[in-house]
Amino acid sequence: MQGTDREQYKKRQFLSAQIDLSRFNPSSFEKATDEEKKQQDVMGESTTFFRDGMRRLRKNPLAMGSIIVLAAIILIIIIAPHIVPYSYSEIISIDGKRDKSAANLAPFEYSKMEQQYMDRTGEKLFPHIFGTDSLSRDYFIRVIYGTRVSLSVGVVAAIMVLIIGLLYGSIAGYFGGKVDLVMMRIVDVIYSLPDMLIIILLSVVLDQTLEPLITGTVFARLGVNMISMFVVFSLLYWVGMARLIRGQILTIKNNEYVLAAKCIGTKDRQILKKHIFPNILSVVIITTALQVPSAIFTESYLSFLGLGVSAPLTSLGSLANDARSGLQSYPHRLVIPALVICLIVLALNLLGDGLRDAFDSKLN
Amino acid sequence: MANEAKTTSEYLLEVEHLKQYFPVRQGFHTVMLKAVDDVSFAIRPGETLGLVGESGCGKTTVGRSLLRLYQPTAGRITFDGKVLLDTGEQYDENGRPVLDASGKPVKGPAIEPDMFPFRRQMQMVFQDPYSSLNPRMTVEDIIGEPLDVHKLYSSKAERRDKILELMELVGLNAEHAMRYAHEFSGGQRQRIGIARALAVNPKFIVCDEAVSALDVSIQAQVVNMFEELQDKLGVAYLFIAHDLLVVHHISDRIAVMYLGKVVEIADADELNGSPIHPYTLSLLSAVPIPDPETARHSKRIVLEGDVPSPLNMPSGCPFRTRCRYATEQCAAEMPPLSDRGDGHMVACWNK
Repeated sequence: MQGTDREQYKKRQFLSAQIDLSRFNPSSFEKATDEEKKQQDVMGESTTFFRDGMRRLRKNPLAMGSIIVLAAIILIIIIAPHIVPYSYSEIISIDGKRDKSAANLAPFEYSKMEQQYMDRTGEKLFPHIFGTDSLSRDYFIRVIYGTRVSLSVGVVAAIMVLIIGLLYGSIAGYFGGKVDLVMMRIVDVIYSLPDMLIIILLSVVLDQTLEPLITGTVFARLGVNMISMFVVFSLLYWVGMARLIRGQILTIKNNEYVLAAKCIGTKDRQILKKHIFPNILSVVIITTALQVPSAIFTESYLSFLGLGVSAPLTSLGSLANDARSGLQSYPHRLVIPALVICLIVLALNLLGDGLRDAFDSKLN
Repeated sequence: MANEAKTTSEYLLEVEHLKQYFPVRQGFHTVMLKAVDDVSFAIRPGETLGLVGESGCGKTTVGRSLLRLYQPTAGRITFDGKVLLDTGEQYDENGRPVLDASGKPVKGPAIEPDMFPFRRQMQMVFQDPYSSLNPRMTVEDIIGEPLDVHKLYSSKAERRDKILELMELVGLNAEHAMRYAHEFSGGQRQRIGIARALAVNPKFIVCDEAVSALDVSIQAQVVNMFEELQDKLGVAYLFIAHDLLVVHHISDRIAVMYLGKVVEIADADELNGSPIHPYTLSLLSAVPIPDPETARHSKRIVLEGDVPSPLNMPSGCPFRTRCRYATEQCAAEMPPLSDRGDGHMVACWNK
């Protein structure tokens, strides 16, 4: 029997795809049992979106380096004021007498009066790590406070931009049609204003109008300039965020799972909360992370122009501005705040890039 | 089957003169795109109506309009004896709108009830198993969403039991409830979509190209599952597809659409055995035959020209531009659906 099968097999047309059945026996055609089927049912390790993203982020050396640098900076600006005995506005004095020789000291240098005091009492004074400025204030602690101000301006501005942009963009994107048209034209108008001009005008005007409003409140401690800076940022920079979020929502609301939710009878608010926001979250986090350095940059820029925080409080930008006058003799006073700005902005940008690579599913 | 007398008890869903127009802006003026133009059909409880037609003929729009995912331009939809939508137009027995003395259509009161209670009865399974499931939700939450929205459980444990039961029903491994949709294969994802539709225990499901995105072996599994579920739960389907073999296999009756209009409705076997409308004839001749010997002798009817743009529809019968039998009457007036015996309805003047 098998012999004739072989013969037929040889005789078939050479292009035929007919299978030689003699190679199989009946047991080859038995149905798979449920257990065997289950074994075929192979699935990868279950991961959530967040865990998967974090795993990818951990593999990115630049992003991890940025996190370490940022953590170190934040730790230093929190701890340093508790250790260093000087305050940012304090003019150095010995035994209640102003130390006139303490101006413009080089890093780790003691003034004559301090030297005499240490020789006399045998007590060791805390060193001026970055030296002192022309008004005999400890420069290290001023840089620390400047960093505090710059970072908080950056973070608060980014959060305000996020809140306004998210609300505005999601309303325009989700409801679409005429609502979208009107809201986006308003955005276009704000977008077309030259932002530096508006920032300068606003901070000048706000300086005067805000002053009577905030005296005696918690905000008074922040200073008028700082608050006007927050207001300026939140009034101008939300437009980019609003546009971005509107675009994201427009693409996501056309997905079939949103239609499926409508078909189920889910309310609009629930659709936004459960289906749309979780899907734009990655983009929002990334953009916010990239917004922080841009706000820090603008703040430094404004302070450099003399529109930033008011003296004696300082920011990295105004420190750099003050250092301009003594640039030839004391270059380190410009280099140090400039380096800190670079470090923060670079770390945040690299972290933002890393977050995007890790969490933006379109790039994976 | 022969009895076409329309009593509200016989049909689960009745769609009459459904129209869905979309405004399309062309430069400064707006043109109406007639995606669905005067479509009528009815579905009995536990029955499957197949809806076929080429791409862009309005099949999907019919499904979405009758669930009111779009706001229909005109028409009357009755579900289980309750009016789901009525824009108030009146029609005489020939299907023409009733006009008053000045030539304006007579309008009755418009009825537009809240869709929420109907959402528990009518559900939908979507075409693309990749975009119809939210990538940030676990399978448990996807299937549980209809239960949450309609508050169909009293405790957390009951919710979980129901979800596991549904997963079991559609042949999913209940151990995978905590996983995300992207971890599943196409066929498994479609099962998740079906479980979500079944969660509210509906009487009627629109299957919008539910098997088109799957490969053939998986298609067979899913189609068989649809049939098993129908036997078990008595649910009625509107089965939208472009694969005539699949539709013939699953449907009790089939409706053929061309350019937003139904041109023929008949029992599945009747339509396959003796199609009448020239468009159905050419559509059926395009079905691949798995036997090369028969295929060699069968003749394909190749239509000339392209489908006219729905923005610029021909007058009268939409098919007349490509029809071999077209006469002047076809250009003058749209033929009404007329009964050719045994509920075989055809819209053609000449055949």
